[in-house]
Amino acid sequence: MTISRRQLLKTGTAAAAASTLGAPMIWAQNIKDVTLRQFGTGVSNLNEVAQKVKEDLGFTLEMTALDSDSVTQRAATQPDSFDIADIEYWICKKVWPTGNLQAMDVSKIANYDKIVGIFKDGKLTPESEIAQGTAPHTVGFTTGPDGTDFADEQTNWMTLIPTIYNADTLGIRPDLIGRPIESWAELLNPEFKGKASILDISSIGIMDMAMVCEAMGEIQYGDKGNMTREEIDKTMAIFTEAKQNGQFRAFWKSFDESVNLMASGEVVIQSMWSPAITAVKSKGIPCVYQPLKEGYRSWGGGIGLSKSLSGLELDAAYEYINWYLSGWVGGFLMRQGYYSAVPETSKDYMSENEWGYWFEGEEAAEPITNPFGDVMAQAGETRDGGSFYDRMGAVACWNAVMDENQYMVRKWNEFIAS
Amino acid sequence: MPKSLKSLLMVSPLAAVMLVFLVLPIVMIAIVSFWRATEFSIIPAFSFENYEFLFGSPVTYKVFLNTFKYALITWAFTLAIGFTVAYFLAFHVRSQNMQIVLFLLCTIPFWTSNIIRMISWIPFLGRNGIANSALLSMGVIDQPVEWLLFSDFAVILAFVHLYTLFMVVPIFNTMMRIDRSLIEAARDAGASGPQILWNVIVPLTKPGIMIGTIFVVTLVMGDFITVRIMSGSQSANVGRLISNDIALLQYPSAAATAVILLITVLMVIGILLRFVDIRKEL
Repeated sequence: MTISRRQLLKTGTAAAAASTLGAPMIWAQNIKDVTLRQFGTGVSNLNEVAQKVKEDLGFTLEMTALDSDSVTQRAATQPDSFDIADIEYWICKKVWPTGNLQAMDVSKIANYDKIVGIFKDGKLTPESEIAQGTAPHTVGFTTGPDGTDFADEQTNWMTLIPTIYNADTLGIRPDLIGRPIESWAELLNPEFKGKASILDISSIGIMDMAMVCEAMGEIQYGDKGNMTREEIDKTMAIFTEAKQNGQFRAFWKSFDESVNLMASGEVVIQSMWSPAITAVKSKGIPCVYQPLKEGYRSWGGGIGLSKSLSGLELDAAYEYINWYLSGWVGGFLMRQGYYSAVPETSKDYMSENEWGYWFEGEEAAEPITNPFGDVMAQAGETRDGGSFYDRMGAVACWNAVMDENQYMVRKWNEFIAS
Repeated sequence: MPKSLKSLLMVSPLAAVMLVFLVLPIVMIAIVSFWRATEFSIIPAFSFENYEFLFGSPVTYKVFLNTFKYALITWAFTLAIGFTVAYFLAFHVRSQNMQIVLFLLCTIPFWTSNIIRMISWIPFLGRNGIANSALLSMGVIDQPVEWLLFSDFAVILAFVHLYTLFMVVPIFNTMMRIDRSLIEAARDAGASGPQILWNVIVPLTKPGIMIGTIFVVTLVMGDFITVRIMSGSQSANVGRLISNDIALLQYPSAAATAVILLITVLMVIGILLRFVDIRKEL
């Protein structure tokens, strides 16, 4: 007999709590021997999480941090080399059809109902519009325990359990620019000739390009996250011309490269990730994660389970997922500027000041530190882009994999070689 | 046991190792290059698609041309520097102890990794780097020079820095084995310094130059990380094309490019070996 989520909800959360949270009692003795191998990007694969898992749950979690491309390769080609894949939703679109991951039973996820709407029906608030690109909810569900496709609506089977997400924008050096920056179009402004940069990861870079071309009024896309060949050609033509005119200083591929470009002043405006901004700031160099009027390019990550996981290991993995969504990790991530998939549980693990600054977009009452003790903001400062609902509500598109991905990659190679 | 069988048995362990670790992987790459692929699967169906795309795209020719350009310029510089250094060590430094000391000095940069040595150029050459600030303070320039970093100049500089030793060692090696009485004889016969260099030393050093050339050319043509980092991802060579394909799970396409690169490099080496019979010279 299969229980749909709806039926389950009727039977009440008490039953759900009993079936999931009660379980550890039974196998608490054996669990100490369990080791789960997790890999993913450096964003969320942190040793602090592994240590806390050992303390709270008793089993061992081995973390491996890789770059996005390596994560995709590993998930797609080496299914037996991991138990838990911490991957991004756009990568999921490439990895899920390989059948290397197993669908997750929603009824075993205690906090499922508290997960924010963007991961379930795509809507942050009931009236919000769904952004373009590979929005997480479009690849978040599959049709059954053995499904290799994506379901259009919520089912009892999730592909990834959402964990972390953020809204990305351009990073700038306010001291070297000296005027307000309001639009994505500024990236190709000749004023910054030889001082601009984008990232050399095609799937993400093309989205930034699209934001710029649209802001310039050059191209009106049907869906930035799923371009036609003609749209790809036009986008690449605009950027190739800019490249040949010497607009770019360099392209970056790794986190460190983006930090160095910005900190050394080689570049004054570039696509960037929020922790990289923090890294530049922590060197005492002014750097702003500039909110832009066209909105954000967003990304989300989640946890997937290896197909070969079963028995006690599978139980431990579910236990881990439930623990992940129960607040401690959420607080840890949110104090670095990311968002938790279940914000309300993380609130318990954050001070009122922290919650106000990171989530509500309020002024910091006292200095804000990240989980590693570095000061991120002084009293009186507010977060770039404001509150959770302001930021996530202004997402224009999600990182995506297009139908014409292969064509786009070839065009990207041409762009680099041009 | 007949002699031929004996020698066959003696080479067989090495042959087996080479077969498993060198020949089979290359055969595998060649096979995969005819397959097709989507985002998440490789389809083992025979198809010329990868090669058609490769030869049909102007980017391929551009990138191969770029690869040759890097190889040729790097070769010229490493040869000039390598030959000079080896000549100095072999013919000007008289004591053998001093030769060894100076030779070891050349290898000191190799105590750190390739990538570290490469990356250390970045703060040096940058817009606000040491080179620019020195030039500014000396009054040579009044605006920071932009082309020092993230340019072909930076790529070739890094290549020359990384690979000159591969030229020094074989050239020095062959120079040390030149019979000094030949030079004396040339001098007695009235040859001038440059004549001795050009008519005696250079011809006798040819095997070393060839070996060094093969090292440098193959290393530069196969490289992808130097080009990416030093050009700030703005230029491409064949190695980068392959690494991009691999990163995006386009294995068959990467294999096809690799096969063409392998054939190209083998052709280059074949041509080089026409100039000198290494087996005879060694």
